[in-house]
Amino acid sequence: MDIDLLTNIFYAMIRTGTPLLLVALGELVCEKSGVLNLGQEGMMLFGAVAGFIAAFATGNLWLGVVLACLGGMLLSQLFALVALGFNANQVATGLALTIFGVGLSSFTGAGWVGKPLAGFEPIAIPLLSEIPVIGRMLFAQDLLVYLSFALFGLVAWVLLKSRVGLIIQAVGENPDAASAMGLPVLRVRVLAVLFGGAMAGLAGGYMSLAYTPMWAENMTAGRGWIALALVVFASWRVGRVLLGAYLFGLASILHLVAQGIGLSIPGNLLAMLPYVATIVVLVLLSRDAIRTRLYAPVSLGQPWKAGH
Amino acid sequence: MLLSLEPRGYESRPMLWLSPVLAALLTLISGALLFASLGHPPLETLRVLLIDPVSDLYGVSELLVKALPILLCALGLAVVYNARIWNIGAEGQLLIGALAGSAVAVHVIGWESRWALVLSLVVGTLGGAAWAGLCAWLRTQFNANEILTSIMLNYTALNLLLFAVHGPLKDPEGFNFPESAMFGDATRLPQLFEDLRVHGGLYFALLALVAVWVLLQRSFLGFQIKVLGLDKRAAGFVGFREKRLFWIALLISGGLAGLAGVAEVVGPIGQLVPQVSPGYGYAAITVAFLGRLNPIGILFASLLMALLYLGGENAQMAANLPQSITQLFQGMVLFFLLACDVLILYRPRMKGWGRKPQATALEPEPAA
Repeated sequence: MDIDLLTNIFYAMIRTGTPLLLVALGELVCEKSGVLNLGQEGMMLFGAVAGFIAAFATGNLWLGVVLACLGGMLLSQLFALVALGFNANQVATGLALTIFGVGLSSFTGAGWVGKPLAGFEPIAIPLLSEIPVIGRMLFAQDLLVYLSFALFGLVAWVLLKSRVGLIIQAVGENPDAASAMGLPVLRVRVLAVLFGGAMAGLAGGYMSLAYTPMWAENMTAGRGWIALALVVFASWRVGRVLLGAYLFGLASILHLVAQGIGLSIPGNLLAMLPYVATIVVLVLLSRDAIRTRLYAPVSLGQPWKAGH
Repeated sequence: MLLSLEPRGYESRPMLWLSPVLAALLTLISGALLFASLGHPPLETLRVLLIDPVSDLYGVSELLVKALPILLCALGLAVVYNARIWNIGAEGQLLIGALAGSAVAVHVIGWESRWALVLSLVVGTLGGAAWAGLCAWLRTQFNANEILTSIMLNYTALNLLLFAVHGPLKDPEGFNFPESAMFGDATRLPQLFEDLRVHGGLYFALLALVAVWVLLQRSFLGFQIKVLGLDKRAAGFVGFREKRLFWIALLISGGLAGLAGVAEVVGPIGQLVPQVSPGYGYAAITVAFLGRLNPIGILFASLLMALLYLGGENAQMAANLPQSITQLFQGMVLFFLLACDVLILYRPRMKGWGRKPQATALEPEPAA
């Protein structure tokens, strides 16, 4: 394997890992606060279509990014209303959100399928991007990838070092105690869900504005679900979310690797890889039930109402 | 907030069944508003969507053709969801059923005997069951979350099916189209009436309906499944074997979805094609909830869902609306259902109207 191929693979790994990283960061914050939102796929798709239409209509890519975030937030608000406001089952509500988001995005985007858009272009940072292999990987990406690095730093700092992070975790670990301490449990959870929605929308926007600048039905191809597995993989630790996102990115571009070293495996079989890899990873990590229980937020997925 | 929710303190039986009806009504109203805002006459469009498709005998037959796979999948989901096993994988199990059944069907293409059909159906059903069994194995052996494994297996199944129609099962005389050869007549499910597409799979669906009803409402196994769903710890205390129930529920669910898949390919389609299912397995999730995980409720919900599929096709042709209106309505109705379900345990009350809840307003925030 020559150095050019390696450079290309690492470059593509970051690109494919970026949407996973964005959704997974949002879902991580959400789950840390004790809410399990299975609607990631739906929010991503709606973010993708909202961002694409806005960018296509106005010619302004950043407006597209903003609309993508807002689109994701809009859907997450529905989730918050039903799952947190009405105390509905979070698993069922999340599923409903995904089904709804898939339908809504296909319906909204029906007239925009296959339209061409000049998306975000890679911007190489002088000097740094000339470092062999990692130069192109880290410093010759598009602006949204740089934004994802910044957002990772922000989420990591908030969760690990800030008071807000402590509040989120307190609410997720023991909502009753948090409430007794005077923390607004529901408000924290709603905000966490909204943040998750914005991140999922942004991830969708990355797909339709930078990764493959176009709109196609179901273009996220299960990335929202993979991100959910990623959070389990990371045992709810933010550093591992980053690692996992890029590892999964690598798994989804293995066909490049296979071509590079001259293997001919049918494309459809290679396309199964990220999904199979997800299952394998889940198996390896979940085998130890105690470990999962130790790291998962204690009140994850359980409805909570003041005074119960 | 002007409107507040007050705990009823019990489960309202009427609301349990009114909620799906309310959800359907709210979906219709939102749909009408959506059409109006897009410049389509709302009532006219609803008629195109929901009444025109079934205005003749052919339409009714098509309704049954579409309802069949949804009903089979949803009946299976009722079994697992009653045990609170979240199998999202009906779609993948259906596809594997279709794939496995087709693999048999193309190999027995020359057979004259009816055993060809039986063999295809059995292998298809077992295929679906095995695919769900994979989830059961991963969960019981390795503790891997079944929501995530089953959804990953959906994508895997779709890619396997695509691989098969582009590779091993592709019709050698098919001009390179990604399709299998047309199956032999002996492998096809008979049509029930001339000129109508409704086929013998209907009997399986009715049989499955009765069987699942008996299982859930009248059998000890069904009782164990429900107890497991209501309180896992209690099920453990009385000695129900959780892992065994996991396996049984998932195998039944996967088997029914597999049967739905194979019945599609040996029924109305007649060959393996990439688009075996327009998301029947996902629609079945909505149907299972809408039918309250009760076989009779599911029967009605699956007819409604099939109507939405037909309506989506009709709306595309007659009103120039995207066909994805089907999925949109699917999502809406499920959302409204979950929202309306709040009324089962709570009653809405206008602030300042009627009887004031005594003293609760003065109570301090409870400490624990």
